[in-house]
Amino acid sequence: MRLNLENFTKCFDGTPVIEGLNLTVEDGEMLALLGPSGCGKSTTLLSVCGIYRADGGRILFGGRDVSALPSQRRNVGVVFQNYALYPHLTVEENIAFPLTVQKPRPSAAEIARQVREIAELIHIDALLGRRPAQLSGGQQQRVALARALVRKPDVLLLDEPLANLDAKLRLEMRSEIRRIQLETGITAILVTHDQVEAMSMCDRVAIMDKGEILQIDSPTQMYRSPANRFVAGFLGNPPITFLEGRTGPEGRFSMEAGLTLPLPSHLRGMPSGRPIALGLRPEHFGHGGQGQATGRVTFVEPQGREMLFDVQAAPGVTLRSIQPTRDDVSIGDEVTWKVDADRMLAFDAEGRRL
Amino acid sequence: MTRNFALFPLMVVITLISLPLMVMYGFLILDTVTDAPPGALWPDEFTLRHWRFLWDMSAAGNVWKATLNTAVLALSMVAVVVPVSSLAGYAIARLNLPYRRFFLGGILVMHAFPAVTLLIGVFFVLKFAGLYNTMIGVILVKGALMLPFGIWIMKGFYDAVPWEIEMAGVQDGASRLTVFRRLILPQVKPGLVALSVFAFLDGWGEYLLPRVLAPGSDMTVMSVLLNGLIAGDDIGYDFNLFKAVGVFYTLPVIALFAIFQNRLMTIFGGGTKG
Repeated sequence: MRLNLENFTKCFDGTPVIEGLNLTVEDGEMLALLGPSGCGKSTTLLSVCGIYRADGGRILFGGRDVSALPSQRRNVGVVFQNYALYPHLTVEENIAFPLTVQKPRPSAAEIARQVREIAELIHIDALLGRRPAQLSGGQQQRVALARALVRKPDVLLLDEPLANLDAKLRLEMRSEIRRIQLETGITAILVTHDQVEAMSMCDRVAIMDKGEILQIDSPTQMYRSPANRFVAGFLGNPPITFLEGRTGPEGRFSMEAGLTLPLPSHLRGMPSGRPIALGLRPEHFGHGGQGQATGRVTFVEPQGREMLFDVQAAPGVTLRSIQPTRDDVSIGDEVTWKVDADRMLAFDAEGRRL
Repeated sequence: MTRNFALFPLMVVITLISLPLMVMYGFLILDTVTDAPPGALWPDEFTLRHWRFLWDMSAAGNVWKATLNTAVLALSMVAVVVPVSSLAGYAIARLNLPYRRFFLGGILVMHAFPAVTLLIGVFFVLKFAGLYNTMIGVILVKGALMLPFGIWIMKGFYDAVPWEIEMAGVQDGASRLTVFRRLILPQVKPGLVALSVFAFLDGWGEYLLPRVLAPGSDMTVMSVLLNGLIAGDDIGYDFNLFKAVGVFYTLPVIALFAIFQNRLMTIFGGGTKG
């Protein structure tokens, strides 16, 4: 079901934390709300499910305004960060709970059938007799997902669902949640501060900061072409390096510290003397291109398949490069590597993309 | 190995300190079924005559009637304190109710307030309300005095239940009342059990309120009856009879502790956090 937030506003103690937010999640789409702590993503989520009341604007499920409805009548499934399973009930009773409070209450056989159906989809049919305390973190996660999905909600909300899992399980559940979302075709919102989760699981990502959505785009598009400096800095691991400087003559960019690089070709015509910032991602340094930078290697971080190098190209200016593992460069070496100037991202003094 | 032996001196100290108590309890039980010559420590004959109060109402008054009264008082305490505390504790812990801070502070103050100082005022109120010298009056006063403790304990248990469980319940489509009844209450069950036992014991052991507020002979409870056995002016106290009635009075308490001792500890363990 299609979900709309129109002019949504939420205040705490009279201070607006989110003002006039607009967001559309298409039917069957999975959208990530990505942002640092305190950016308003969880507030948005809790308002969609009805735990918080909106202070302004409308929330629409498939065109129907639900802003005034309490949580119970919104038909939203939520998976909480700590799963919030009912510890005194078995897995089966946990999953059945949303059905048993429905009015009219379905027959016991019907409830059992639906519980079994969802348990099979989520691969927990072998665990139905256990209690939450007897389950591993990943299994608890699955139960929480089953409970959220069993009454076929209009929208599924996932609040940092992978934050409490260890690294290996996180990888597994990432694809599991996506598989289940695709199989059920449910509209879903994922709230996370982890860019990898957001980019790998979702159709589109909305980056939030200070109560505002800065950009909504597909993961690839957003990574390639961020709308502003915040988005560019938030996405990417290892992160992008920003170089502050001014445009110089002949389509060049120069920093006070002494480093000069060619500008990206579409900016070559810019008048000189303008303050701009260039963003250089580690994969665009040391892999060819028209520019080049020389410096001393100050740090090497082997990551197995790849290696991360810190190169001091000028006093106080460190460029990062990620390359396939190589043994010929070590700390203290002087290197001259190519800079792919055309793929650098340029931002003006206000942080807008140029 | 060292860990086990490190506790050994501690156990010796505790045993030594509690030894006099154990000796006294031993003699308390022993004296109820024996007779000793005047001035002697060890008894020389076995007798059941000190337990004659169980069937001979002239020995210590109507013990069975007093037991019934005490039981009524104790059970009423459970019936009043547990439901009110479990609801009020939830409201204080979870609901956004007006004057919440005032209630919280008020409960704490009431909890620490010495009830005896209220006695005269309560006497006049009961007299005015026509509840003086009735069991209902005693139950109401005793229950009111115990509620701050009960509410505070239950609040501690509710605080330990994660918020998300409640949110999840509401999200699953259940009303707040259903969430409370089916999801929250089962999780504070240890608290309910412990509070029930405490309320029962508190009512069972109460002396002052029934003594002052319901002095009529119909309303005599065990503590008052026991006091009557040695409060008289006559010289010939029957100490062994007094001890036998005392043991009889204590038996339910011991039984309750034996059954619920692990549950009672939860009040002092996890329950009172926050």
